[in-house]
Amino acid sequence: MTGSASIASGVRPQGWVRSYVGRLKTGDEIARLIALTAASTIIVITVMLVWNLWTVSAPTRLKFGFAFLWTSVWDTNTGQYGALPYIYGTAVTSLVALLIAVPLGVGAAIFLAELAPPRLSDALTFLIELLAAVPSVIFGLIGIFMLVPVLQSSVVPSLKAVFGFLPFFQGSFYGVSIFTASIVLSLMIVPFIISVSREMLLAVPRDLREAALALGSTKWESTWQVVVPFARSGIVGSIFLALARALGETMAVTMVIGNTPNIKATLLGAGYSIAAKIANEFGEARGEVLSGLVELGLVLFALTIVINGAARLLIIMTTAKGTK
Amino acid sequence: MSSKTIRCLLMNTSAIAALACCAPLATAQTVLNGAGASFPTPIYQKWFSDYHKQHPDIEINYQSKGSGAGIASVIDGTVDFGASDGPMSDAQLKTYHDKHGSDVLHFPTVAGADVPAYNIPGVAAGLNFTGEALAGIFLGKITKWNDPELTKANPKIKLPDADIVVVHRSDGSGTTYCWTDFLSKVSPEWKTKVGTNTTVNWPTGLGAPQNNGVAGQIKQTPNSLGYIELIYALNNEIAYGNVKNPAGVFVKPELASVVAAAAGAAKTMPPDFRVSITNSPGKNAYPIATFTWLLVPEEFKDQAKAKIMKDFLHWMLTTGQKEAQTLSYAPLPKEIIATEEKAIAKIK
Amino acid sequence: MLFLTGVCTVIAVSVLFVILGYLFAKGGSSLSLQFFTNLPAPTGETGGGMANAILGSGQVLLLATCIGVPIGFIAGVYLSEYSGAAFASIVRFMTDLLNGVPSIVVGVVAYTLVVLKTGTGPLAGGIALGIMMIPIAVRSTEAFLRAVPTSLREGAMALGANQWKTIGTVVIPAAMRGILSGMMLNLARVAGETAPLLLTAGLSMYWNHGWTQPVATLPVMIYTDAVGPQEDLHRQAWAAGFVLLSLVLLVNVIARTIISRGVHKPR
Repeated sequence: MTGSASIASGVRPQGWVRSYVGRLKTGDEIARLIALTAASTIIVITVMLVWNLWTVSAPTRLKFGFAFLWTSVWDTNTGQYGALPYIYGTAVTSLVALLIAVPLGVGAAIFLAELAPPRLSDALTFLIELLAAVPSVIFGLIGIFMLVPVLQSSVVPSLKAVFGFLPFFQGSFYGVSIFTASIVLSLMIVPFIISVSREMLLAVPRDLREAALALGSTKWESTWQVVVPFARSGIVGSIFLALARALGETMAVTMVIGNTPNIKATLLGAGYSIAAKIANEFGEARGEVLSGLVELGLVLFALTIVINGAARLLIIMTTAKGTK
Repeated sequence: MSSKTIRCLLMNTSAIAALACCAPLATAQTVLNGAGASFPTPIYQKWFSDYHKQHPDIEINYQSKGSGAGIASVIDGTVDFGASDGPMSDAQLKTYHDKHGSDVLHFPTVAGADVPAYNIPGVAAGLNFTGEALAGIFLGKITKWNDPELTKANPKIKLPDADIVVVHRSDGSGTTYCWTDFLSKVSPEWKTKVGTNTTVNWPTGLGAPQNNGVAGQIKQTPNSLGYIELIYALNNEIAYGNVKNPAGVFVKPELASVVAAAAGAAKTMPPDFRVSITNSPGKNAYPIATFTWLLVPEEFKDQAKAKIMKDFLHWMLTTGQKEAQTLSYAPLPKEIIATEEKAIAKIK
Repeated sequence: MLFLTGVCTVIAVSVLFVILGYLFAKGGSSLSLQFFTNLPAPTGETGGGMANAILGSGQVLLLATCIGVPIGFIAGVYLSEYSGAAFASIVRFMTDLLNGVPSIVVGVVAYTLVVLKTGTGPLAGGIALGIMMIPIAVRSTEAFLRAVPTSLREGAMALGANQWKTIGTVVIPAAMRGILSGMMLNLARVAGETAPLLLTAGLSMYWNHGWTQPVATLPVMIYTDAVGPQEDLHRQAWAAGFVLLSLVLLVNVIARTIISRGVHKPR
C-alpha cells in the first residue's frame, strides 16, 4: 500500500493526503464513505422527521402549552384543542390489553420455555411468531365481523351478570367500545410477550433450575419461584415492548373503538385513541387543527419512545444477568 | 435453501417486480384525479364510469374521502378537482386564492337527501321525526326511543324503551354540514352549542368514517340512528324516516320531495352557486336536502385537463342529469343548468 | 398451574388458525379469477375485483424496498464493521427513535413532505413505508454481521484482503441468509401497514398511471370495503384479507426457514 509519508518529504499535510489518496485507490475509503453516507442518511431522515413534527405542531404547542395534555375539549369551531380524551382512550385500551395479554403471554412463555419438549416448543413458537405478522387491518376485520357479534350476544351479558357491580362493566354495550378494542389489541401484542419472555426464560442459567430441583422443589415451584423471578426484568421488558406496540396501533383500533372522545370509567362505552383520531381527521385538518393533530402525534411518539427505552433497558439488564 | 435457489428466487422476483412497475406507465391515458364527498359517490362513480365508456382514453378517478378532505385537497393542490356538499367558506376560498392566485368555482351537480336512518328491531321504515326531536336526540337530551317527543309524532307505532344509539361522522363531511345546518335552523340551542360545519364537537354518539361507515355502523347496531344520503339507505335496506318541514308536513325523503326542495333555490341562487336548501319553503319539500358541488379550479395548469373538465361538465349537465334519477338523486332545476353552462366558460 | 400454562399456549396458537380459517371461510368463495383480474366496480354493481390493488401494493412495496433495504443494509454494515463507538451510538439512538415513530405519524410526515409536493401515489406511499423499513433493516443486518466470527475476518485479512474486500466477499456472504430473511420479514411486516398508505397513496378505481398518481393498495381497499354496509364489498374485503395474509405468512415462513437452516442466529 502506498502512502506512508516518506522521510525525505517530511511535510505532514502532503503525507496525509498521499495516504488518503492511497486508501481511496484501494477502495477502502470509498466503501467506508458509502457506508458512512447510509448511516448519516438515517440521522438526517430522523432529524427531518422530528423537526417537521415539531414545527407543524408549533401553533397549538405555543398556544396551549402543557395544558394541551389535560384539557378534555376538542372543538375545531371554537379553536379549543385538548388531548385528554385521546390520551385516556389510548392508555386505557393499551392497559386493558396488557391485563389480558400478560397472563396469557407469560403463561404460554413459561410453557414453551420450561415444559414443552424443545421441538414442540420451537414449532409452537414459530406459529405464534407468525401471528405477529398478521396485518392490523385484518385484526380490524376480525374485530368488526367476528368479535363484535360474539361480545354482543354472549360475552358481555355474562360479564355484566357477574361483574356488573364494578364501574368498569356498567352502562350499555353497543358492540364498538373500549373493551372490544382492548381485546383486539391484546391478540395483537400477545406474540411479542410470548416471544421475548420465552427468550428471557431460556436465558436463565441451567444451574439455578437444577439447584432448586435438587433442593426438593416441584417443577412448578422451581419455575415460578426461581426461574421467573430471575428473568423478571426481561419479562417486564417484553411487556413494555408490547405496550409500545399497542399504543401506536391505528387501524384495528379505529374500526372497533367507536370513535367517541369519552372519558368514562366503563369499558363498555365507546372511546377514541390518538392514532384513530389522527387517521380519521387528518384528511380535512389544515391550519390550527392540523397543528393540534400533529401535536397529538408528538405526544404519542414521546410516549412510545419512553416506553421503548425502558423496555430495552430491562431486556439488556436480564441478558447481562444471565450471562454472568 | 441453497444459495443457488436464493439467487434464482431473487432474480425472478426482481424481474416480476420490474415488469409490474413498468406496465401501468405504458398506458397512454389522460387522467383527472378528484376527491371529496361520499354523499354523491354512487352517482359520481356511475358518471365517471359511463363517461369513460364513451371516452376510453379519459379516466376520471374519484376518491371518496369526505367533503372536508375534498376541500383540503383542493386547497393543497393535490387533486385536479374536489367535491363537497358543504360549500367552501369565504375563509377557505381566500386561503385557496392566496395560495394559488386564482379562484375555485362551485358547480352544483345534483341535489340529495340527508335522511334519518335507523335500525330498530321490529320497527319498519317511515317513522316521523320533528326537527326538535332530531335536535334533542343529537344533543343527547332525548335518549330513549319511546320519548314523548317521538311517540307523539308516531301514535300508531310501538317504540321500544331502548336507548337511542346516535351515529355520526368521524371525518369532515358535507353530509354533516347539511345535517347540522338543518339542526341549527330548527334548534337555537344546537346553533349556539354546536353550530354548522363539516366537523363539529358532537355532544353524543359513535363516529364512523364516510357515509359508507355510518351506514355500516347503523346496520350493525340495534336501536341506532344516524344520518346518511338516501341512496345509501335504499341500497342497503336500511330503514329511514320522514322529517317535518316548515310547512308542517312530515315529508318522505324521495326524488320528488328533493326536487321540490331544490326548485325554490333557482330564484335565489347566487352567482357562485353556494346556497343552502335546508328547510326549503314548499308543502312537499324535504327539509334536509342539499346540493352537492364539484370544486373546480378556475385555472388549470394543464390545458388538456381543462378541456376534459369542461367537456365533462357539459356532459354532466345533459346526459348526467338523466342518470341521476336512477339513483334517486334529484337533477338540477333547468334554470340552474342554464346558468351553469355559462359558468363553465370561466375555466381556463 | 402447569396445565394452565399449556392452556394459555393453546389459546395463543389457536388465534392464528381461527383468523386464517375465518378469512378463508368468508373470503374463499370470492377468490375467483375475476377477483384477480378485474377492476373495482362502481357502487351497487357486482363483479368487481382487486387487480389494481394487488399491483398497486406491489408497486408501493417495490419502492419501499428500494429505499429501506439499501439504506438499512449499508448502515448496518457501517455500524458493524466500520464505525467508532461514539458515532455508532448516535446512529443507533436515531434508529431507535425512527423505529418508535407510530405508523400514522410516519404517514403525517410523508404527507407534509412528499404529498404536498407531488400528490398522492406510490411515490409518497413507498417513501413512507421505506422509512418504516429502515430501522429494522439496520438492526437485523448489524446483528447478523456481528454474529460472524472474528476469525473469518482475521483469516481474510491475513490472506491479504483489504477491508472492503473482506466485508464484501467474506463477512456479508457468511451472514447473507440471516440478512436476507431479515429483509423478507421486514417486507412482510410493512406489506400490511395501512395507516401511512391511507394518507399518502390515495385510492383509484383504475390501473395506476404513474408514481405521483393515486393508486389502489390492498390494505386501504380492505379498510374501505370493510367499514361500509355492502355485503358484496365485505366479501371482497375478506378475500383481499385472505390474499394479503397468505402472502405475508408465506414470506414469513420462507424467511424463518432460511434462518433456521444452520445460520448463526445472533443471541
